[in-house]
Amino acid sequence: MSDGVKTPLVRLAKRDEMKSSMVWAIRIGSILFAFLLGTIPILMAGENPFVSYGIIINGALGKPGYIRQTVKRAIPLLGCALAIAPCFKMRFWNIGAEGQITMGAIFASFVAITWGKLLPSPLLLLLMAAFGIVGGAVWALVPGFFKAKYNTNETLFTLMMNYIAIGIARWLQGGPWEGRPGTQLIPMFPEAARLPNVFGVYCGWIIVLVMVVLVHIYMNFTKHGYEVAVIGDSINTARYAGMNVGWVMMRTMLFSGAISGMVGFLLVSGANGTLNSDVAGGVGFTAITVAWLGQLNSFAMIAIAAMLAIIGKGSATLQTRLSVPASVADIVSGTLLFCMLGCEFFINYKLIFRTRKEVQA
Amino acid sequence: MPRCAIELKHIVKRFGEVVANDGIDLQVNYGEILCLLGENGSGKTTLMNMLAGIYQPDEGEILKEGKPISIHSPKDSYAYGIGMIHQHYKLVDVFTAAQNIMLGLDIRKMDVDGINRKVKEICDRYGFDVDPKMKVYDMSVSQKQTLEIIKQLYRGAEILILDEPTAVLTPQETQKLFKVLRNMKDDGKAIVLITHKLAEVMEVSDKVAILRKGRYITTVNTSETSPQQLTNYMVGHAVTLNLRRPKYDNPTDKMVVEHLTCLDREGMKRLDDVCFTLKRGEILGVAGISGSGQRQLLEALTGLYPVSGGTIRFIEDDGEQVELVGKTPMQIRQLGVSMGFVPEDRLGMGLVGSMGMSGNMMLRSWRQGSGIFFNKKSPEALAQKIWKDLDVVTPSTKFPVRRMSGGNIQKVLVGREIASKPPVLLTAYAVRGLDINTSYAIYNLLTEQKMAGAAVMYVGEELDVLLELCDRILVLCAGKVSGIVDARSATKEEIGLLMTTVGGGKEGAV
Repeated sequence: MSDGVKTPLVRLAKRDEMKSSMVWAIRIGSILFAFLLGTIPILMAGENPFVSYGIIINGALGKPGYIRQTVKRAIPLLGCALAIAPCFKMRFWNIGAEGQITMGAIFASFVAITWGKLLPSPLLLLLMAAFGIVGGAVWALVPGFFKAKYNTNETLFTLMMNYIAIGIARWLQGGPWEGRPGTQLIPMFPEAARLPNVFGVYCGWIIVLVMVVLVHIYMNFTKHGYEVAVIGDSINTARYAGMNVGWVMMRTMLFSGAISGMVGFLLVSGANGTLNSDVAGGVGFTAITVAWLGQLNSFAMIAIAAMLAIIGKGSATLQTRLSVPASVADIVSGTLLFCMLGCEFFINYKLIFRTRKEVQA
Repeated sequence: MPRCAIELKHIVKRFGEVVANDGIDLQVNYGEILCLLGENGSGKTTLMNMLAGIYQPDEGEILKEGKPISIHSPKDSYAYGIGMIHQHYKLVDVFTAAQNIMLGLDIRKMDVDGINRKVKEICDRYGFDVDPKMKVYDMSVSQKQTLEIIKQLYRGAEILILDEPTAVLTPQETQKLFKVLRNMKDDGKAIVLITHKLAEVMEVSDKVAILRKGRYITTVNTSETSPQQLTNYMVGHAVTLNLRRPKYDNPTDKMVVEHLTCLDREGMKRLDDVCFTLKRGEILGVAGISGSGQRQLLEALTGLYPVSGGTIRFIEDDGEQVELVGKTPMQIRQLGVSMGFVPEDRLGMGLVGSMGMSGNMMLRSWRQGSGIFFNKKSPEALAQKIWKDLDVVTPSTKFPVRRMSGGNIQKVLVGREIASKPPVLLTAYAVRGLDINTSYAIYNLLTEQKMAGAAVMYVGEELDVLLELCDRILVLCAGKVSGIVDARSATKEEIGLLMTTVGGGKEGAV
C-alpha cells in the first residue's frame, strides 16, 4: 500500500504457551509492583513507605493478639470466597454474597433470639447454622431461578438482592428485635449462642478450613463440579453433553448461598455475638477479589485471604501510629487486584514494538 | 461506457498463514449491479470488508474514480461514499429508525424534523417503506435491512455493498429488495451484491465476478453467461483424491426423517419440509452453501434445535421405531445418536477448551456410576488410546485442548465420538482446517464405522471429498432439500447447481 498505511507503535499478538516458571515470575512481579504503587499514597501522606509497610506487618502479626485479630478478619473473607468460587467458575457473576451473608445472619439470629435461653448450646448452634445455611441458600436461589428460567442478568439481580437483605436487617435492628428502645441495637446473644474459642479465636477458622477442603473436592472430583466447569467453559458444549444448564445454575447458586449463609452464621455467632445491618461489612465484595486472585483455587484463596487480612489489620494500626489513613489498605488491595488481573494480559499476549525495519517495509 | 466507481488492483489479505485474498482485481461501475459469487471461504466478505474499512489490505491498491485511496476506518469508507450492509445488522435495538440513522453522524443540532424529511425523501425516491419513528426492536428482519440501506444512503453512499442480503428474506421481500436495487442502479449508484444464489445472480445483476479459494477467477456479463457456466467457475475442476469407498452389503434404514421443519427465533424457516432416509452402512453426505440449514439439521436430529413440524423416526436393530422429536438430547444420546459437530469456532460445541483430553473424554461418561464422584479412570484410558491411535500432538492428556492446534482438537473430538461406536454418527466439517494426512485418517475412521454398520452423516464443504467419500449426497439450499444424488455417479457441476437452486428448481427458484 501507499504511504497511507502506518504500523501502530505498539501491537498486540497472542503468545504461545509460556513456561510456568515464567508465568509465576510475572505474577509475583505484579504483586511487588502493586506494593510499589502502594507507596505513592504513603509518600503523599508524607511518610516513609518502608517504615509504613513495616508497621503494617508488625500491626498484623507482631503480637499474638494482633494475629488473632488478623485471623478474625480472614475467616469471613475466605469463607465467602469459597462461596463465590463455584459461581465464578460457572461464569455466573454472583455479586450478591453480601446479601446472602446478611440473610444467613438474620436466619441464624432468629434462632438465637427465639430459642437462645431454652436450648442447650450445641443444639442451639447446630440449629443456628442450619437456619443460616437455609437463609443464604434461599437468597441465592432467587436470582439463580430467574437466570435459569428467564435469563435475567444475574449481576444486577444479585446486587439488588444485597440491598433488600441489608434493609431487612436494618428494619429488624430498629424494630422487632431492638433491645432497649431507642438504641437501634439488637442485644448480645446469650452465651449458649456463641461459638467457642479455639486458640483464642472463635472456632470459625476451623470450619472455614474444613470447607476449603470440601469445596476443593466438590469442584474437582464430583460430577457436580464437572458440570459447573463445563458450563463455565461453554454452555453449548454443556447442552450438547446433555446437561440441564438451568438446573445446574440453580443448584450451584444454592450451594454458594449456603456457604455464604454459613459465613453469616459465623459472623453473628462467633465474631460479633449479635446481628447488625452491617454484618457483612463489604466482605461479600472483597471476597470477589480473594476468589479471583486465588484463580478460584480454594487453597490459593487461603493465602490471598490472609494477605488481604494482614493489609487490612496492619493499615488500621498504621493509622493510629502515623498520619497515614487506614484507607491505604483499600488502595493497596485495589492495586493488587488491578496488577494481578492485569498481569494475566501479559501472560496471554505480547507487545510488539514498531521497529525501524517495519517502517521502511 | 459506464463510469468506473471503484477499482481494486491486486489486493492481498493474509490472516496469519491463511491467504484470504490472493491478488484480486475487481472493477465496480456506477449504474451497475455487480454480483460477487463464490463458495464459502472464497474471500468475498473479506474483500468487501476492506472497502468498508474493517480490514486493510496487505498488498495492492484501491482506486476510486481512478485515484488511489486508502481506507483506514469505516469513517474513511463513508467519506469516500462507500456503504456496506453487513450480514449482521449494526443497529441499536432500543433506538428509533431516525435515531439509528443519526448515530455516528457529526450532527451538532438534533434536527429531528429535518432528518425525518430527508429519510422520507430517500424512501420516496427508491420505493422504501419505513417509519422513522419506529423502534428497531419492533421491526421485522426485512425492515431492519431496509433501515440499514437507508442509513447508508443518508450518509451519501454512492457505492453500496450488500453482504448476502437475501439470506434472511422471504421470496416476496427479496423481490421488493431487488426492485429497490434496480431503482438505485437507475439513479446511478454502484451496487455490489455478495451472494451464492445463482437464480438471484441471473435475475438482478449486470455483471458477475467470481472468486474461488481467495483467487479472482473472472468477471462475465450476466446476459452472456448461464448458471451452469457460473457453477463451473465457482467449483473449479474435479480433483481425484483416491479415497477408499467400499460398499456395505444390504444397507437397511436407520433413521427416517419426514417433513422436518424448524423455525428460528425470528420465525424464519431454517429447515423447510426436509425428507430423507439414513441407512446403516452408508455415509450420507450433506452438501450446501454454509447457512443452508446444515447445522440446524444436525441439531434437530440430536434434540438441540426445536422442531416445529415433521417426524424423525429412529429404527432400532430389532426393527422397533422410536420417535425422536420431543426427546431430550440426553435421551437421544442414549439411543446411540452421536454427533461430532465441529463448528466455526471448534471449541464452541462438543469440547471444553480449558480441560485436557481426559476431561473432554468425560463429557460422554461423566454421569456414569453411582455416587457423587465421577470416574476418572475410564476417560483417562480412552484419552490415552486416542492420543496414541490418532497421533494427537499434546504434551499430556491434561494439557488444555484450547492450546492444541486445530487439527489436534478435531482429532480429539472426532476420536471421542467414534470411540463410543454409535449406531448413528453425525459429523459436520470434521476435517475443517486439517492437513491432508489427518483428513485422510478421519475419512478412514468414518469409512471403518460405516463398514461396521453405522449410519454416518457427513456434512462437508469440499465437493471433491463428498463425491469420493460418501455413498449418497443430500444437497440443501436455503433450508430445503434440493436433491439427493448417488455420489458414485454425480458430477461436481450437478451438485454445485443444486446447491444454488432452491428446491432443485422444481418449485421455481427465488
